[in-house]
Amino acid sequence: MSQSTTEKPEVATEPVAAKKKVVLSEGKRAERKLGWWLCAPAAITMVAVTGWPIIYSIWLSLQRYDLKFPDRTEFIGFDNYVTVLASPYWWNAVWVTAVLTVISVAIELVLGMGLALIMHRALVGRGLVRTTSLIPYGIVTIVAGFSWRFAWTPGTGYLAELAGGEPVLTEKLPALMVVILAEVWKTTPFMALLLMAGLALVPDDLLKAAAMDGAGPWQRFVKVTLPIMKPAILVALLFRTLDAFRIFDNLFVLTAGSQGTSSVSMLTYNNLIKGLNLGIGSTMSVLIFLMVAAIAFIFIKLFGTAAPGSDDGGKR
Amino acid sequence: MAEIVLDKVTKRYPDGALAVQEVNLEIADGEFVILVGPSGCGKSTTLNMIAGLEDITEGELRIGGQRVNEKAPKDRDIAMVFQSYALYPHMTVKENMAFPLRLAKVDNATVEKKVADAAEILDLAQHLDRKPANLSGGQRQRVAMGRAIVRNPKAFLMDEPLSNLDAKLRVQMRTSVSRIQKQLGTTTVYVTHDQTEAMTLGDRVVVMRGGIVQQMGAPQFLYEHPANLFVAGFIGSPSMNFVPASLADNKLQSVLGEVTLTDRIRRLLEGADAPREVIVGIRPEHFEDASLVDATAKTDGGVFTSQVEVLESMGSDKFAHFLLSGEQATSADLADLAKDTGDDTSVGGISLVTRLSASSGAKEGEPSEIWFDADKVQLFDPSTGKNLTYTER
Amino acid sequence: MAGIGGADTTQKKVGWGLLNAVVVAYALFPVLWILSLSLKSSKTLADGNLIPREISFENYSNIFATTEFIRALANSIGIAIIATVVAVVFGTMAAYAIARLDFPGKNLLVGVSLLIAMFPQVSLVSPLFEIERGLGIFDTWPGLILPYITFALPLAIYTLSAFFREIPWELEKAAKMDGATPGQAFRRVIAPLAAPGVFTTAILVFIFCWNDFLFAISLTSTEQSRTVPAALSFFTGSSQFEDPAGSISAAAVVITIPIILFVLFFQRRIVAGLTSGAVKG
Repeated sequence: MSQSTTEKPEVATEPVAAKKKVVLSEGKRAERKLGWWLCAPAAITMVAVTGWPIIYSIWLSLQRYDLKFPDRTEFIGFDNYVTVLASPYWWNAVWVTAVLTVISVAIELVLGMGLALIMHRALVGRGLVRTTSLIPYGIVTIVAGFSWRFAWTPGTGYLAELAGGEPVLTEKLPALMVVILAEVWKTTPFMALLLMAGLALVPDDLLKAAAMDGAGPWQRFVKVTLPIMKPAILVALLFRTLDAFRIFDNLFVLTAGSQGTSSVSMLTYNNLIKGLNLGIGSTMSVLIFLMVAAIAFIFIKLFGTAAPGSDDGGKR
Repeated sequence: MAEIVLDKVTKRYPDGALAVQEVNLEIADGEFVILVGPSGCGKSTTLNMIAGLEDITEGELRIGGQRVNEKAPKDRDIAMVFQSYALYPHMTVKENMAFPLRLAKVDNATVEKKVADAAEILDLAQHLDRKPANLSGGQRQRVAMGRAIVRNPKAFLMDEPLSNLDAKLRVQMRTSVSRIQKQLGTTTVYVTHDQTEAMTLGDRVVVMRGGIVQQMGAPQFLYEHPANLFVAGFIGSPSMNFVPASLADNKLQSVLGEVTLTDRIRRLLEGADAPREVIVGIRPEHFEDASLVDATAKTDGGVFTSQVEVLESMGSDKFAHFLLSGEQATSADLADLAKDTGDDTSVGGISLVTRLSASSGAKEGEPSEIWFDADKVQLFDPSTGKNLTYTER
Repeated sequence: MAGIGGADTTQKKVGWGLLNAVVVAYALFPVLWILSLSLKSSKTLADGNLIPREISFENYSNIFATTEFIRALANSIGIAIIATVVAVVFGTMAAYAIARLDFPGKNLLVGVSLLIAMFPQVSLVSPLFEIERGLGIFDTWPGLILPYITFALPLAIYTLSAFFREIPWELEKAAKMDGATPGQAFRRVIAPLAAPGVFTTAILVFIFCWNDFLFAISLTSTEQSRTVPAALSFFTGSSQFEDPAGSISAAAVVITIPIILFVLFFQRRIVAGLTSGAVKG
């Protein structure tokens, strides 16, 4: 408040100051209490439904626990981890997941940027484009998955004809390509929306200034728009990468993980629900959790302070 | 209608920061008082304490003779106009203005009448059914005023109500705020950081800085008799020129040459215990083109010659800017002022703004002989900022 | 990067029109295809034609004749609505606190919900499977509602706190000056302003719950609480030898209808909600 050193007021004598402090923090304390009470239901639910199970799954992963042979349950330390990490199925699933994630997110970023520019700049029919592109976002993934499956099924589908009647979904590589197509179709609009929010942060005047400075459309995009959008792009990439990494629904419908097309989620599900092997399933759960945490950590490092949630009152 | 009394009102935040320190202020019934100062000076905090939006840490606030420290805003019967106008976006103009009356459970017919009356005064009658989003800045401002006046409160509090308007509209609205206040005769406390608003609007101006009242009084009085460097520099536009000077044998020595102190100033200095090094303050209008001053006056004042750096002709008069070599005057007060205007440029000398008659022959880039009135100078103590030539008359 | 300088010529408009058409076709094609499939009769189902030769509602009458589908639809609706209501109520409380109050642990809460938003749901499936069996809520509504609330909460908290930050809270002060009690200020000024944000969040949360497949298929085992997405994968058609594609398509179209309605009526809100929550959060 006071800017000059000579004006700096002396703090009142100690007892008075202390007394005041107590009185004032009364309101502060009430605010804290209210804050905690308001957050309690959400916090308790989230922790109860995630925190406890995570700990429990770590415990389960250290046991031999197969529901088909419940009598043979025992504590076996890290044996499950050894089993999983030595399994070619697991490593295949990791590779499939990684490849699916990288390729589909890369395609989505490019297509999503295009769509974002269309939604942002369209001279005509902006509302129409926004409305229709929300449909892939909103639609039930399983529904879209079935649509693609039927389209590629020989006999039923129109796309299968294009492929010359070959059964695409029963070969590993073609099947993965279809899975990527389905993923890209479903999530590009979401990517585009996040990027569009970033585009909206680029002031029009700045682009006009760049145009006056002699920058062409492409230069304006690369040298002005992209750098300003960088935080939005990173957020969109983070969200989508982590989301793509858990790919399950589309795979379940399109290939059910056959022909070595299982993702890590698919493999875990099969071990758990089909195989009823809780020990192995939990081990995989923990490993997936660790991988996701590692990805998130790398992204947060990249973000620096631009991480969502870290900028209370940043740009408002 | 009521008078408002602040008795040693202090605001201290929980972290110990002192926002307002022992403000004493008696606002008479119907008076228009302006709180002015740079941002962070405590003027808005003071207003919020009067409003009841912030608690008073120490001291007492009385409205109409009654202690109201503990009363909620709604029980104080005062209205407030916010800088952002704070119009309810989901209500029409009419609903916005009627809102306080509805809360007070006033009957329908009265509400209609009062809103219509206020709309009449503020020229809003044709916009009553529109939403705030569809109004211009000036119209929104008037709706905010309308919401304050409909319920005929004991006092109006205005928190920089014009600062979101563009310059021309601001001048226009300033006049109408003044007119409406006179018409209604309601006690008004008005906060602004704009010294022009402070000068033109108020019956009385209170200059604040760092949570402390620097001086209060009628605008013209503050202009002519600033209590310290801060007030002297803050009030007036263009602001007062400050030049370091030394005082010896009733003579004042500075880059503006040597002048003999006039009798009046000498008498004022007698009780002031003036140091040797002082800061001399001269308002732009106390300079003149030396060739336009008659000989006797010329000898009584100071004369210096310098090259005109920039000349601005206003038609009615001319502003000549000079840059004299020498050290700028320095003091805590002046540093505060510079911080407020955001002026951190070092001009490498003493810059001087002078107001000359339109008939002056001064030309840009050419040397000109300039006279100043030695009886109008004010002398300040650089260490305390105190005006050594301060007088009540 | 069009739109800077230059007039909006007809040529440009046609260009945009074409681009729009491509986007619309891209977005709608799979939806229209499954609609087309659902309208084929069992005879023409496998003809591979894009457009049905004749419109038949056979598939629809088939699925609505089974309790399997009706039960699943009721489960989907019930579970999604309950989870949405609870998540939005909890989320509103927490978001208000995050946007408006200062208290220790606030950043922790924000961090935890961010963590959950990124959480691999499959990691929870194993322990929840076991825990829910122990608690006796496996294959029940609460068994699905709980994880739905949990994963919807981060979404709700982010979206809502972004909305709440946009509310000009000075209005609360203004209302107090206008003579309102804190209660009145909330009811007559803040609540009407917050309502659109809460509504938008509810739509997003509902879509999330409505969409879920992983929990639905892992934490249920019978028709008792299986939702439509899970039930779809168990469809067998009316007889053992019939291709279930027709029934699946019809059911898929039915559960797509609410999504289409939301998108059509609340496009602007959904866009605002998604973008504000994700970018400014």
